[in-house]
Amino acid sequence: MADEPTEAAGVVDAELAALEALPGVVTAFREHGALVVTTDAKSAYALLQRLRDAPEFALAQVMDICGVDWPDRPLRFEVVYNLLSVSLNRRVRVIVPVADGATIASVSSLWPSATWWEREVWDLFGIQFDGLADHRRIVTYYGFEGHPLRKDFPLTGYLEVRWDDERKAVVYEPVKLTQEFRNFDFLSPWEAMTSLPGDEKARG
Amino acid sequence: MSTTMPQPVKKTIEIDSHTINFGPQHPAAHGVLRLILEMDGEVIERADPHIGLLHRGTEKLIEYKSYMQAVPYFDRLDYVSPMACEHAFALATEKLLGITAPDRAQWIRVIFAELTRVLNHLLSVSSFALDCGALTPGLWGYEEREKLLIFHEAASGARFHSNYFRPGGVSKDLPAGMEEELAAWCESFPKFVDDVEHLLTGNRIWKQRVVDIGIISAADALAWGFSGPNLRASGVAWDLRRAQPYDKYAEVEFDIPVGKNGDCYDRYLIRMAEMRESVKIVQQALKKIKPGPIKIQDRKFTPPTRAEMKHSMEALIHHFKLYTEGYHVPAGATYTVVEAPKGEFGVYLVADGTNRPYRCKIRATGFSHLQTLDKLAKGHMLADAVAIIGSLDIVFGEIDR
Repeated sequence: MADEPTEAAGVVDAELAALEALPGVVTAFREHGALVVTTDAKSAYALLQRLRDAPEFALAQVMDICGVDWPDRPLRFEVVYNLLSVSLNRRVRVIVPVADGATIASVSSLWPSATWWEREVWDLFGIQFDGLADHRRIVTYYGFEGHPLRKDFPLTGYLEVRWDDERKAVVYEPVKLTQEFRNFDFLSPWEAMTSLPGDEKARG
Repeated sequence: MSTTMPQPVKKTIEIDSHTINFGPQHPAAHGVLRLILEMDGEVIERADPHIGLLHRGTEKLIEYKSYMQAVPYFDRLDYVSPMACEHAFALATEKLLGITAPDRAQWIRVIFAELTRVLNHLLSVSSFALDCGALTPGLWGYEEREKLLIFHEAASGARFHSNYFRPGGVSKDLPAGMEEELAAWCESFPKFVDDVEHLLTGNRIWKQRVVDIGIISAADALAWGFSGPNLRASGVAWDLRRAQPYDKYAEVEFDIPVGKNGDCYDRYLIRMAEMRESVKIVQQALKKIKPGPIKIQDRKFTPPTRAEMKHSMEALIHHFKLYTEGYHVPAGATYTVVEAPKGEFGVYLVADGTNRPYRCKIRATGFSHLQTLDKLAKGHMLADAVAIIGSLDIVFGEIDR
């Protein structure tokens, strides 16, 4: 695979060092061979612009922008930009942690293709993009409320639709489950328990 | 006393503009595309695609399933080339697990990824032609697709939703005699491509509909996130099978067809040329494939055989654990891509150390292609919008997810 780690032990990873030296970079590391950069919401736009324009990076394409929800973290969301350089055959992933309710600068002025990806992140996670010309929802239905990919949004949703024959209309009602939602906890109790009953006796 | 407000001047402005609602049920919309077209007479001024009518919440559903249960969802994304989508997920999971599929499994994946590419391009080209009024390629294409679907069915048991590429290999070995049948198909199929080319490539009516329609330059195609045949039609020789090879693609030789003009005609020509290249790859793979295991022989990741389970208690335990709890994937994230028939299909998989994906973002190929419709269709006639949609090769299963 092209993005497997190429560095030998002791050899300085030049690609990584170049990324680390950029202003605004908080951490830079390799994960499963891929270059990953984390930054903060304030310096994200300038960093992404630099990565696109600087000839040593030439990341001309943003292939994907997506959100990740980490409800336990102080900065709840991550916005992840997967950048691709066709000329240098290299990928860089930029991760920007964002607080719930905070806005992040839109990169639709850097890459026109970012518009729909950012609309999708707004739709599914509720992260607002400053400077995004088109802030409509994109994949959920007209009139939808909530942001379904947040971890606190239930899998079954809140509303269900049906055709009401008497009213001759489609009606929205709260979800009624005929069977309780089955969320099995398959995690092995033996792996989760670090001390088994009786261990305290052995340890004295 | 009271200041008189200036009276608003009543003006009547005549705007010769119509808004047309194209779809969501329209034979040329390739699924459930709702397109709001602002027209000036017969000329499109603005095209606003409304997507999401096929949104099933795949990414959310996958967060509630084990890794093995997530595979069938990928068949239902790009249902015209199901195995290509599975391929991305299988590779992503393997990368997080730190395992590699055995050689035979990788060759089988290469063969079926290329068969899937032909499957996709057959439908793409023939329905594109159908949109422009040419019925025959569609009828022929379906007949040819059926031959490929028989291969799909023989290998996986299902025509479309095959659930065949699994993390760690493929689910079953090829049935006896299939390699010879595939070799025979490789001999006969190029003749079919010749026939379709004979019908379309030089056809005056076809060329009038597609040449110089929906042109996009290489720079624009990159900025708009194009990939796959649509990017190559604009003159960028970029193919993930060559640039970032996965499985056994580094060991096969093939050409990357590249277009010049980036119009609908070039996108058509690229797909026709790619079908021939796919046949070449399948032929090479058939020569190089050798007998061997088709999934890694680590029972923590892949199930044992039925026969083994009949006498081995350990095998039975492994089987039970795999099909209830599944395997635990170490915490980490990967963005893994494959060159799907439509372009770059990616999976951004975040694992948190449990048996379920924490987040599985699917980078749909057609998403960025469809977004460009406004740019491509502006200034063209209404009928050209149909040609442009056909040439972009849009499937809503993957766009809406």
